[in-house]
Amino acid sequence: MRYLVRKLGFYLSALWIAITLNFIIPRLMPGNPADTLFASFQGRMSPQQLVALKASLGFTSGNVAQQYVTYLWNIAHLNLGLSYSHFPVPVSTVIADDLPWTLLLVGLSVVISAVLGTLLGIIAAWTHGSKFDSLLPPILLFLLSFPAFWISLFFVYIFGLNLHWFPTAHAYAIDQNISLNWTFIGSVLYHAFLPASVVVIITLGGWVLGMRNNMISTLAEDFITMAQAKGLSEKRVMLMYAARNAILPQVTSFALTLAFIVSGQVLVESVFSYPGVGYDLVQAATLNDYPLLQGLLLIIVVAVLIANFVTDLIYVRLDPRVRQEA
Amino acid sequence: MPALLEVDDLVVDYLTPTGRVRAVDHVSFSIEPGEIIGLAGESGCGKSTTAHAILRILRPPAQISGGRVLFKGRDLVQMDERQLREYRWNHISIVFQSAMNSLNPVLSVGDQFVDMIRAHVHSSKSDARERAMNLLQLVGIDRTRIRSFPHELSGGMRQRVVIAMALALQPEIVVMDEPTTALDVVVQREILQQIEELQQEFKFAVLFITHDLSLLVEFSDRIGVMYAGELVEFAPASRLFREPKHPYTVGLMNSFPPLAGERLTIQGIGGAPPNLANPPSGCRFHPRCSHCTPSNPALYALQTRVKPELQLVGENHTVACHLYGDGRER
Amino acid sequence: MALTHPNTETAIATPLPAIQATGVSRLRRFITFLLENRKAGLGLAIILFFVLVGLVGPFLVPYDPSQIGVGPPLQGPSSQHWLGTTQLGQDLFSQLVVGTRHSLMVGLLVGLLSTLIAIVIGMTAGYLGGLLDDILMLFTNVFLILPFFPLAIVAASYAQAFNIKGLTVIVIVLTLTGWAWAARIKRSQTLSLRSKDFVQAAKVSGEPWPRIILFEIMPNMSALVAASFIFATIFAVLGEAGLEFIGLGDINAVTWGTILYWAQNNQALLLHAWYWFIPPGLCIGVFAVGLTLVQYAIDEIANPRLKAQRIPKLRGARTRNASPTASATQVEGSTDAGIA
Ligand SMILES: Nc1ncnc2c1ncn2[C@@H]1O[C@H](COP(=O)(O)OP(=O)(O)OP(=O)(O)O)[C@@H](O)[C@H]1O
Ligand code: SF4
Ligand SMILES: [Mg+2]
Repeated sequence: MRYLVRKLGFYLSALWIAITLNFIIPRLMPGNPADTLFASFQGRMSPQQLVALKASLGFTSGNVAQQYVTYLWNIAHLNLGLSYSHFPVPVSTVIADDLPWTLLLVGLSVVISAVLGTLLGIIAAWTHGSKFDSLLPPILLFLLSFPAFWISLFFVYIFGLNLHWFPTAHAYAIDQNISLNWTFIGSVLYHAFLPASVVVIITLGGWVLGMRNNMISTLAEDFITMAQAKGLSEKRVMLMYAARNAILPQVTSFALTLAFIVSGQVLVESVFSYPGVGYDLVQAATLNDYPLLQGLLLIIVVAVLIANFVTDLIYVRLDPRVRQEA
Repeated sequence: MPALLEVDDLVVDYLTPTGRVRAVDHVSFSIEPGEIIGLAGESGCGKSTTAHAILRILRPPAQISGGRVLFKGRDLVQMDERQLREYRWNHISIVFQSAMNSLNPVLSVGDQFVDMIRAHVHSSKSDARERAMNLLQLVGIDRTRIRSFPHELSGGMRQRVVIAMALALQPEIVVMDEPTTALDVVVQREILQQIEELQQEFKFAVLFITHDLSLLVEFSDRIGVMYAGELVEFAPASRLFREPKHPYTVGLMNSFPPLAGERLTIQGIGGAPPNLANPPSGCRFHPRCSHCTPSNPALYALQTRVKPELQLVGENHTVACHLYGDGRER
Repeated sequence: MALTHPNTETAIATPLPAIQATGVSRLRRFITFLLENRKAGLGLAIILFFVLVGLVGPFLVPYDPSQIGVGPPLQGPSSQHWLGTTQLGQDLFSQLVVGTRHSLMVGLLVGLLSTLIAIVIGMTAGYLGGLLDDILMLFTNVFLILPFFPLAIVAASYAQAFNIKGLTVIVIVLTLTGWAWAARIKRSQTLSLRSKDFVQAAKVSGEPWPRIILFEIMPNMSALVAASFIFATIFAVLGEAGLEFIGLGDINAVTWGTILYWAQNNQALLLHAWYWFIPPGLCIGVFAVGLTLVQYAIDEIANPRLKAQRIPKLRGARTRNASPTASATQVEGSTDAGIA
């Protein structure tokens, strides 16, 4: 248990730091932040809206310490304020509507990318020195170097606007209602195909190269030679002895990759007008919808931290050395 | 009748980017059933490479460049993957230099036994586990340890597990590559004793590799001494102990105190073994040999230019040294 | 935001053999290696090309990049306008060349700043250890785990409301979100160097710790520092493009990112103005490829095993596969993992 408790403690402190940053950022701005900020909204907002906005950013009555406590209190009660661009819809409602789409898209692309990438990495290491092994890394590195949003633009242009193979916006066809039937699911997958492909493309390289390199290091271990000397089949040596060990560092590095995946996802959703929290984030940023921005940031951080914790649980299952400690 | 294992003119090269390193250079010896053969030599002289070649588990850049390894008359060097898989562990098994690292950290001890047993014997999982537990018991480890993971065992226990694993299929030969170097002295003794007992019970042949020659003298029937990839002396243990011929063997004999008995004066060999990518001409030992001085010009020329061949100098005793040309001492 | 963490983290366990010696020769050997490595050579050539374009290009461009109406609107590539025009009739080729300068400046500046922060935090934490180490690493790990881009969006959005204009916002935001990975790597490397003889010797002789870090430890980390500088620069170039693409930062500056912003805002896709959005993306990508090539070459120095070995064929030698794994990993001829 100790391992997981320690991890949990870390995630909670990360959450606290993120929440506090959220509180501090507007106060870091030059001059008298509150006045400057709210002055820029004068005339654009009803007084009602202005009060709601102030509250959601923690600019409530009292000194900074009191404001901070009120701010924490509101967050703890998921009271994230009212969205300014969707006024008077609460921020939590906007997020609740859109979060499932993001989770779907991220989940889909992460699973595909992880499975495919790990397999390709194993094959590359298995055939270390072959054409496949020497061509794959440079191709992946090449793909990795392009911004996700630009690849999205490219895909929209080629596969959407020119070839008309895939839709270029939305999560499902307009004539569909959200329901659980095959036509709807088909429509959802059809719409998710291009954006998910982009996320897979930008994350695949990490999985492949990581797995390949770990495998190559693992293959030099004595227990591999021993497995071979035991007369085990090559497949068994590669999978149960080499890959099974090489995958462990992959699981830990997934935590770091996650921040990158989410970051890429934001702009991909924006280009594909995919109704997820990334799309909302960009909208909120351009419309200066600070309450929504704050709420979205918070929810994204929480989601990333939860995903990290799940990863830790998986790691504990996979590594007996940690399992004992955990 | 052919020997159980005959290593015939074996050559192994490491093909490094900077050139060829000949780690085993035309080595020949044989092992009879139930015999304990010792192989000694300083670090880097090619002992492990020889052992790995015998099991055909060398990795690139290593390559068997010549010679034969005959097991009951069949040449392993010519075997294909299928034949090799059958031969490995069934007939010959190995205990690695670093037992610490020879177990898969993410599989339980039991799984690693079952893995190996089921690769060779048609048996159910539970039968294989039962068999594994008996083997653990044989080396003095509690049967319940079958569920343990390698990190839960002490160094000595791990080495015992590996030895039990090596004996699992009752192979004719067990190669032991410095099976005790990583352990502390007390555990070392216990394990050696255990190996001896097991050997007496099951009568498998052993190729025992170490750089501690004195250990071999107590333990083995015949001993080979390697230097810079070559076999320089081969003799029955008692004979080698009484009258080592090769100056390198003599030096080696004096380098380590015997495991039992009083301390001898430690008189090591000066200098370091040569770089195998570019070995010395003539006798490879000549730069370090105290018998090699220009004061005897004829011999000196021979030592520095002509490679000495293995010669019979007594009963079953061969030496590669110009001091012993044609069986007579010069 | 296409980035992977390079493999340096696993590689640092073994300090770089090529640059282990003491003295300035280390650095020289490291540079020599980079120049001899095919991958690194190509990468350096790409980087050099863009740096040259950024330095002298703006003086040579045919038009003022912001000038409206230097050509007909939305015209495809022609001899007049090599990369066509925007719908306001601005010359896209001039924009791309001038944009190179700004994008590179931001990228390199952020790379430099976040490497500096990483060095200070990573080395201090690693060298001094104790409670300070714990606190600094907690912060580093938090920064690593937090999704930096949403964070950057929020920060940049505030900055915009406060009329903090220009590329400054982008530089500050990206620096603050981009230093953590490198800091962690530097800490672990410092930790392993701390116990080395020459550091201990300096300590015993009473050298103050900032001096030890600067003159004893730093020189041994040149490859690592170079790798993380490159990593931070890639991060910055891609991050800058992303932020500018959604209109954060200064939309009136001419950069690769803002060209894409205006393209997207003016429906370049729907208007089939491919010449508007394809070239800037290619520039970003190719520049990042150049950086990545150099970085992976550095990784290879650090961890030579990753490189497929070249085995010289010996005439007359009977070559046999030594084992199943061996046959799987057998190397055929020249198989440099680099771009052939
Ligand atoms: N991967 C390799 N590449 C190049 N040369 C190698 C490689 N592995 C081993 N060698 C060379 O082969 C020679 C023999 O190595 P080997 O491991 O067989 O020695 P050893 O006698 O077992 O030594 P030790 O007592 O240290 O285990 C060494 O001198 C070494 O230089
Ligand atoms: S041949 Fe000469 S140099 Fe070589 S071991 Fe014998 S005496 Fe020494
Ligand atoms: Mg050895």
